Amino acid sequence: MSRINENFDSSVWGKIDRFVNGTEPETKETANEEIVRSRGKASFVGIEDTENLEFHDELALRQKEEDEKAIAKLREAENRSTGRFYKLWNRAYNVLAVLAALVIMALLVATVSYMPRFGEADNPVNNEVAARYIEHGMQETGTVNVVTGMILNYRGFDTMGETHVLFIAATTVMILLFITKKSVLGKEYKQDRAFEPKNDAILQKVATFLVPVIAVFGIYVVLNGHLSPGGGFSGGAIMGAGLILYVSAFGFKKTEKFFNEHIYVVAKVSALCCYVCCLSYYFYMGANGFDNHIPLGTPGAIISSGLILFIDIFVGTEVACTMYAFYALFRRGEI
Amino acid sequence: MMIFVALLLGFLIICAITACLHKSLLASIVIFMAYSSIICIIWIILESPDLAITEAAVGAGVNSVLFFVTLKKINSISDKGDRQEVADEQN
Repeated sequence: MSRINENFDSSVWGKIDRFVNGTEPETKETANEEIVRSRGKASFVGIEDTENLEFHDELALRQKEEDEKAIAKLREAENRSTGRFYKLWNRAYNVLAVLAALVIMALLVATVSYMPRFGEADNPVNNEVAARYIEHGMQETGTVNVVTGMILNYRGFDTMGETHVLFIAATTVMILLFITKKSVLGKEYKQDRAFEPKNDAILQKVATFLVPVIAVFGIYVVLNGHLSPGGGFSGGAIMGAGLILYVSAFGFKKTEKFFNEHIYVVAKVSALCCYVCCLSYYFYMGANGFDNHIPLGTPGAIISSGLILFIDIFVGTEVACTMYAFYALFRRGEI
Repeated sequence: MMIFVALLLGFLIICAITACLHKSLLASIVIFMAYSSIICIIWIILESPDLAITEAAVGAGVNSVLFFVTLKKINSISDKGDRQEVADEQN
């Protein structure tokens, strides 16, 4: 209604309209309007009027002034980046930054020089704790590989914390990147593999040979964790890498036949729960009058060293699931 | 053996510096994979095979794959060929 009014832009309705739509009329137009208003009404009536020529002249003058202002502003900005003072300041800044970095590096190196030499026998690292682990580790935990016994038995609480950190990391990635089917009703969801090299022959052949080997090696590392180098985390990472190779070669549709979201949730949560149960058995039994009823077995046999074998399996499941979940969530926002 | 270790350590430093300074992100990731592989061998020489297995699987394997996927997510790897292929198949 009020748009018919020729002073619409400066009227209250115009201001409200601008406020709602968020569009500002161009500054030039307002400038023109100012001129128009200063010259009184009805200057737009006839273009042939002599007054209008003056009006155009005035407009051109205004335009010129604005242009000059803009050019001056640009020059000022240019001077700021190329001017003498600013050049000097930039150079001083660079020198100061390098100096600060050098000072910090020198401090750190000086600190390192105060540390004991690497590999000396009387270092503070070689205290009674390490000696105890090496000397009595096999009798007390039943593991041939002392590292696994140390990680999962003596320092089981640390490893439990690490596994929880993995669980929380996977959950956080899920919160950030998970896409439900309802939220994406377009092509993106269907084209989850669209931008990958489709059915790459070389990749598929190599994966056919490599994936079983990687999977068997991962399972071997997990199950043999208490006898040979490796353990839950390494084996789980190897199995996860094998799963990722399989997915990138054959796609998510084939993987979903044996590893989908349901299996992921069940495996991950139950592995974590079983792990916590095993470790709490270690925490509460074997001291203060409670007997540890789990036999350690003969060191070197595959079924020995009490609960460590089971803890290895649970940690391996957890880590493999996490690795695969990271890849799948990054790749298509779904497991 | 000493020469071998010195060579590995030299490669390690070169990889670390080039991974930081290389302009292409893709090349940086590949150099980072090489860094992980070298440090994996160094772990074996330092007689800690447990760490070496984990480094090879996580550092050189899963970590780099995640980096590649992220690069693809932010469209840093050009996939014009793939898109063309998909478009051809759909037609």
